[in-house]
Amino acid sequence: MGALRGQSWKYAAAPTRGAAIVVVVAALWALGWQPALAATVSLPGAAFDPAAVEKGAQLAAIGNCKSCHTAPNGKPYAGGRALSTPFGTIYGSNITPDPESGIGNWSQAEFMRAMREGVDRRGRHIYPAFPYDHYTRVNAEDVDAIYAFLMTREPVRAAPPPNELAFPFNIRSLVGIWKLLYFHAGPLQPNAAENEQWNRGAYLVEGLAHCGACHTPRNFLGAEIKSRAFNGGQAEGWQTPALDASSAASSPWTVERLYAYLRQGIDDVHDVTAGPMAPIVHDLSRVSADDVRAIATYVASFGAGQTPRPTSQNAATELPASGRGAAIYAGACASCHDLGREVHGGALKLSLSTAVAMPQPDNLIRIVRQGIVPAAGESGPWMPAFAGVLTDAQLTDLAIYLRTRFGERAAWDDLAGAIEKIAPNPSTP
Amino acid sequence: MITLNVNGQPREVDADPATPLLYVLRDHLELNGTRFGCGLGQCGACTVMVDGEAVFSCITPISVLQNRRVRTIEGLGTSENPGLLQRAFIDEQAAQCGYCIPGMIMRAQALLEKKPAATDADIRDTLSPHLCRCGAHMRILRAVGRALRAAQSAPTADAEGRDR
Repeated sequence: MGALRGQSWKYAAAPTRGAAIVVVVAALWALGWQPALAATVSLPGAAFDPAAVEKGAQLAAIGNCKSCHTAPNGKPYAGGRALSTPFGTIYGSNITPDPESGIGNWSQAEFMRAMREGVDRRGRHIYPAFPYDHYTRVNAEDVDAIYAFLMTREPVRAAPPPNELAFPFNIRSLVGIWKLLYFHAGPLQPNAAENEQWNRGAYLVEGLAHCGACHTPRNFLGAEIKSRAFNGGQAEGWQTPALDASSAASSPWTVERLYAYLRQGIDDVHDVTAGPMAPIVHDLSRVSADDVRAIATYVASFGAGQTPRPTSQNAATELPASGRGAAIYAGACASCHDLGREVHGGALKLSLSTAVAMPQPDNLIRIVRQGIVPAAGESGPWMPAFAGVLTDAQLTDLAIYLRTRFGERAAWDDLAGAIEKIAPNPSTP
Repeated sequence: MITLNVNGQPREVDADPATPLLYVLRDHLELNGTRFGCGLGQCGACTVMVDGEAVFSCITPISVLQNRRVRTIEGLGTSENPGLLQRAFIDEQAAQCGYCIPGMIMRAQALLEKKPAATDADIRDTLSPHLCRCGAHMRILRAVGRALRAAQSAPTADAEGRDR
């Protein structure tokens, strides 16, 4: 009894505290979901204006919807693509008009709410891996055009695997709190000091193209750190280069170069597209020239590559590894990279490469190991893979050589650790 | 002097460490089964195996090959006693000019050793870095499929690697 009495003392003050807890829990619960909208019947494809469908196709390409909503070798937009995040794996949803597994039953209003408020048809919060923090900037007419485009795709019955998220991120209602902290709904205000093209670019980049989703670093809760916008981030194991003045690029990213890069995957003085950027450029190659130029105009205004590279004093030091790396370069890389792009069959001179000058070695390691290989049946920049050629030690030597000779910077701190962390993929040809 | 292990034999080579393996195989060791195609790692004709992985020998400097095992088309069999893949390519008559075939066979051999139960889709994926301008692709795919099935039904030294 004594023990019980002791406990009753302990909880003597509980009523008020308990009430407070009840209120907080109720508030969290209320945050945790939104009511479903009134049920509607989906429209047949023929009901959509072909002009809206075509416009939607262009917008879906700018948004690169396909990358996350298509499984490898899967039907377009049928979902199932695994996206690994620091919180676990999320699978892209099926956004074909299949009524069971896709969005066939979604009304235009429900689609609008998902895009701009991050709430699904049943009223549940959508994980912000779906970048509605950007799509909230997209105007209603454009969202409707995307709806028209998606609703006229081939319906595919395919349910993606359930997400594999660690506790507590598997509690979907907690996304409500995340939104309270980091989600700011509403359109982007035009900048009157800039011209129409720049503002069109800002509308696309900050909205549908969601460039910041990968090119801006994220905080421990996965929200973009707005004070460091376009400072460089991460995507699918790649380090996304900074798009601002902190860029490691050795040549300025002018509007013309960005335009060429975004439309063709290659410009005259920078690395070609690789990794998750490759499918984006593939999409942008089909988008109107005006919109790509607008994107280039806005991004060029961030000033990447404008400042000359700070050259490290240590870089000139001859390291033993650098000598071994030089022999590898001479036999494995020089036949293309010493020629430069001016020569047919030649590749970028690596003194112009951003990958060798970035703060992290990850992209260089991936490119050397996996090469740059367009998706099956598609064309694009190409480089052979060296996974089977180089051992980890040899890759280390080569990376030190490329970094110090061409990047003109001191060797990366934990190169061996990065090489170990990035699993080799020798089965890739 | 660099010592290379080629088809199970130690071979002394006097060449610059940056020399691509392809030139050493053809010019120093007179193993001319491996072909020069583009010299840029783009066509696959020069493919050989290094430690069980298919690599383009035209962009593989010999300096990276100390203590590693190189295997070429000559290491798979002879005219009198062809290896499993060589036999399958003969049976399917899977060559027209034949120039690209040794490289294709070497990558197929790496697949056969790593993934004997490979599907037709795996074979297509695996051979995708190889160019053949004669258009013998369908026969080549059939030949590799035939060799894989043969290896599965009767595992032989070929499937495990003859010289290892």
